[in-house]
Amino acid sequence: MRTVAAFLAARAAAAGSRALRVGGGTTLPGRLALALAPDLVPTLARQLRRGVVLISGTNGKTTTARLLGEIAQAAGLRVVHNRAGANLLSGIAAALLAHTTARGRVRGDLGVFEVDEATLPAALAATGPRLVVLLNLFRDQLDRYGEIDLLADRWRRALGRLPHEAAVVYNADDPLVAEVARAHAGRRVAFGLDAVPDALPPRQAPEHAADSRYCYACGRPYVYTLVTLGHMGHYACPQCGTARPGADVRAVDVRLEGVDGAAFVVHAGSGGGSEHAPTAPGSARLAVRTQLPGLYNVYDATAAAAAAWVLGVDASAIARGLDETAPAFGRGERVVLEGREAVMLLAKNPAGFNEVLRTVLLADGNPVVLVAINDLLADGRDVSWLWDVDFELLADRVHAAIVTGLRGAEMALRLKYAGVPSERITLVHDSALALAAALQRLPDGRRLYILPTYTAMLQLRALLARQGVVRGFWAQ
Amino acid sequence: MDLRICHLYPDLLNLYGDRGNVATLVQRARWRGIQVHVAEARLGDAVDPAAHDLFFIGGGEDRQQRLAAPDLRRVKGDALRAAAADGAVVLAVCGGYQLLGHFYRPAEGPDLEGLGLLDLHTVHPGAGARRLIGNVVVRERTCGVRLVGFENHGGRTYLGPSVRPLGEVLVGFGNNGTDRTEGAVWRRVYGTYLHGPLLPKNPWLADVLIAQALERRYGAVTLPPLSDEEEHRAAEVAAARARAG
Repeated sequence: MRTVAAFLAARAAAAGSRALRVGGGTTLPGRLALALAPDLVPTLARQLRRGVVLISGTNGKTTTARLLGEIAQAAGLRVVHNRAGANLLSGIAAALLAHTTARGRVRGDLGVFEVDEATLPAALAATGPRLVVLLNLFRDQLDRYGEIDLLADRWRRALGRLPHEAAVVYNADDPLVAEVARAHAGRRVAFGLDAVPDALPPRQAPEHAADSRYCYACGRPYVYTLVTLGHMGHYACPQCGTARPGADVRAVDVRLEGVDGAAFVVHAGSGGGSEHAPTAPGSARLAVRTQLPGLYNVYDATAAAAAAWVLGVDASAIARGLDETAPAFGRGERVVLEGREAVMLLAKNPAGFNEVLRTVLLADGNPVVLVAINDLLADGRDVSWLWDVDFELLADRVHAAIVTGLRGAEMALRLKYAGVPSERITLVHDSALALAAALQRLPDGRRLYILPTYTAMLQLRALLARQGVVRGFWAQ
Repeated sequence: MDLRICHLYPDLLNLYGDRGNVATLVQRARWRGIQVHVAEARLGDAVDPAAHDLFFIGGGEDRQQRLAAPDLRRVKGDALRAAAADGAVVLAVCGGYQLLGHFYRPAEGPDLEGLGLLDLHTVHPGAGARRLIGNVVVRERTCGVRLVGFENHGGRTYLGPSVRPLGEVLVGFGNNGTDRTEGAVWRRVYGTYLHGPLLPKNPWLADVLIAQALERRYGAVTLPPLSDEEEHRAAEVAAARARAG
């Protein structure tokens, strides 16, 4: 009875806060609801006929959840998912409440929730997922999450408690994620990239931002035959033999199309020598396209395809869902400003920023960039990570760099030491003026690349919304 | 004139943008027409104490420190001690700073024996203890210059009598969060918890290190001043963010 009363109160709070436009109706009512009814999430999640999928990792949670959500909808399922970034338990609670009738019935078939890395253990316990997708573990906000190994330990313990019926879809190319996934005793399905596109220079050593270079079993440096992103790729330990597991779902023939998207082929179930070769529904080969730019999104799309395949979704729905997914806000989103096109590419940690820089340079050899760096809690208070990003890539290529944000001065300094000539760096404190300055420096017929941290992205979007630019483009 | 830098464990102890410190030393020397050579010494690599003027060690997580500690003592220890005794500069940040002390006592598990180059030790007060995290502002001990950075450490470091602190904490925690000291200096060996990284926003300290590193081979060196407008602006913002809490 207590639950029912609490549920009704929470639901009313959710409706109220949406009406008042407080917190967008996401986490505030969720927090209230959890305070009133701690078992709200398990009670509601149990009603989802096709179960719950949880998606976690440092980079790509929001995008992968969107991709899988679109696929599931293309397959005719009613999907319940949390709003981008509302990825704590309160965000999941709010999403479930928003799909619940006054009589406490959840309208929806499948829950697809992105989960904050630190919240994953609690979310596993609360939702009892049928499928968990583990994307990657990169250095991110050490001041908030602590050291990456501690996080991995918590994941390991939580996966050890996961029922055997549940499946874990994990990134074979990330040594730490592959090692952590072994803690699950049930079905494991690995995904990965077979090769990097020809457009990118082949790399055999991880970049500076790489984190997991040393074997998790014995401490020797891994030997890489292929590096895709950061510390991800095809690795093996020369001492103890620990190596990348064969991928059950593989992306091959990847073609990157700058900021316009990517095309590739997904092979599922052709084995790859995994000890846990998937059993159903057999192997498949699927040509896919996505509007989402960069190699990161190829990983995300492959992860979503692997998850959908494990859920038994048919191939045509997978291809349609991937093709139709528009970029999540701030993650490759386009906007037209005074007749000029701008693309916003969220960049919140070294590995992600490096990939964004590569994507930009692939599209434009002499780009104009607007870099907006904040140091609020959601960005990470510590801006040291900017010094791990390979801004040296821009040194003799960037046409103009306009920098802004609470730590714009730090960013300007970073560019100076990266070797960008000072006359190409403009520091503008006010973000509206920074945007205007960037447009002014933009040669005719060229695109502006906006590279913000998380809260800087939210501020810029709010600014664009006030200018009336983003309506229609940004509506989610 | 040339400056020879040895970056120790660049791929192992490279947390928190440590390579920004090396980039700063390199650029500030080059902007003055000084040639720079950067050598890297990884696990297993021996170092020649006479071949380098400045050694840099960055930070790492517990796992990386455990991998580096025995190598630092057995493979590189004698060379570093000899270089320091001969007037070479050593800069160690965060985890590297802890490794230069006598020992590091982790939250659990056995003590990690350090190099003992700096008279200090570090104790982690337990898994439940709060980490010392945040922006830091320090007044440098000898010249009163303001230093800014960011700290993030679980261990508390306590100085022995033969080192002096690098500075006094104005905002933040410093060595242990209680005695207001930050960092440690002995001869030309510098240890600090300020990453952020340390040198780009503290160009005065970067130039002190460059000048001291050159002195061993070239005698007293006066570095021509640089325009540090961007450096001072970024430091000003960092100090303001620190005071804002």
